[in-house]
Amino acid sequence: MQLMMRTWTAVLGALLLAPLASAGVLPDDRADVLYHRYDGGGVVIDGPSLLVRKKFADKVSVAANYYVDLVSSASIDVVSTASPYKEERTQYSVTADYLRGKSTYSAGYISSSESDYDAKTWYAGVSQDMFGDLTTISFSFKRGNNDIFRNIGGGKDPTFQRASDTRSYAVGITQVLTRSLIGIANFEVISDEGYLNSPYRSVRYFDPSDPKGYTYQGEVYPNTRTSNAASLKLNYFLPWRASLNGWYRFYTDSWGVNAHTGEVSYTQPAWDRWTFTGSLRYYKQDAADFYADLFPRRNYANFLARDKELSTFTALTFGIGASYDFRIARLPWVEKAQANLRYNFMTISYDDFRDVRASVAVPGTEPLYKLDASIYQVFLSIWF
Amino acid sequence: MTVHALVRRLCGTFAVGVALSGALSACAPIEPWVKPYERENLADPVMAFDRFPVSTAYLDHVFEAREGARGATGNAGGGCGCN
Repeated sequence: MQLMMRTWTAVLGALLLAPLASAGVLPDDRADVLYHRYDGGGVVIDGPSLLVRKKFADKVSVAANYYVDLVSSASIDVVSTASPYKEERTQYSVTADYLRGKSTYSAGYISSSESDYDAKTWYAGVSQDMFGDLTTISFSFKRGNNDIFRNIGGGKDPTFQRASDTRSYAVGITQVLTRSLIGIANFEVISDEGYLNSPYRSVRYFDPSDPKGYTYQGEVYPNTRTSNAASLKLNYFLPWRASLNGWYRFYTDSWGVNAHTGEVSYTQPAWDRWTFTGSLRYYKQDAADFYADLFPRRNYANFLARDKELSTFTALTFGIGASYDFRIARLPWVEKAQANLRYNFMTISYDDFRDVRASVAVPGTEPLYKLDASIYQVFLSIWF
Repeated sequence: MTVHALVRRLCGTFAVGVALSGALSACAPIEPWVKPYERENLADPVMAFDRFPVSTAYLDHVFEAREGARGATGNAGGGCGCN
């Protein structure tokens, strides 16, 4: 339920436009079928994703995606102040890329819906190859309109409806640096306006009259948020036919959240048909200015948050993957097929978010919360 | 090739690339320092920035749901509305 409400556009945008690393070439025709499963912190989310991409006259490439999240949640937030729930989110999207000379023009539309959240997003972008095709520069704009509702007692609360608006401005440059090294630099500004918190989540504060020593009130967020993110990615070809990939991102926003993300991955083909990948991802952030695990009193400040995603924490993610290439004799129109397995293990250590399920004499001395999650993906890709 | 030698080679090639970028931007006309026929390594599938678009998008989705940061994920060839 609104678990992933901030992420629709990021997901589909990346999915549909990712192949445009070079503006002068349209991506290959392909189809992907994926099953995903996230299991961690009392939350299980699984479902399918289907992508089909097709070129027409080598000028236009059209892609469509269908994605489903089936959520079963008994997370720390839910068991603290609410009841476990089940939810389904469905997302559709379509995009088109038009190639003209060394320029590629893109536009797309994404629709996501669940029982208490509807999001509609459109975007447009342009990429241009230059300097002997060593450099690709891209610009894009994205706008999303979101409607937020609240479920109570198995139905929608007729008295509650809010809205928010998201705008994104992005610029990027892809640069061939040497025969074996290529880099991408990205900068993106995202601004939100409207109802940005969850209608379900609460903050806790000291209350001596309560047997536990604390009680809850609804969280209150600012109505605006502006973030800046800058990243650099390098991909290096190793002499024994393998690749080493490094990525760093700095993030800062108007809520006081500053974050550093770093990732390295290694890809190694083997035995003709197999390719193996290993990765390590590090993430660290500071808490939002208005975040606290336990506030001194009710209505302590204008803005109040106890969302663990706005707390101070460090996350590590280990990933492995294997791909197997094959052909399907019965389907001669399929040029290549590939089966994939990927597994990621994510562990998050929170510095100022406590596990309130523990009984302690003094509120605020509960053990710090820790989250471990396993992320599974099985998918089949064909090129035609 | 030892790890030390590999690191030195990486740093060297990156420095050369950056230096060439700066030098060439100050001159005209700009001559591509990596010719089209010299891009065999870069064209290898293992060098694709995003070999698995569906999978990468899903993982971005997971990370963004669990983390406060967002944007500029770098999986999309330069700010193409996809971060």
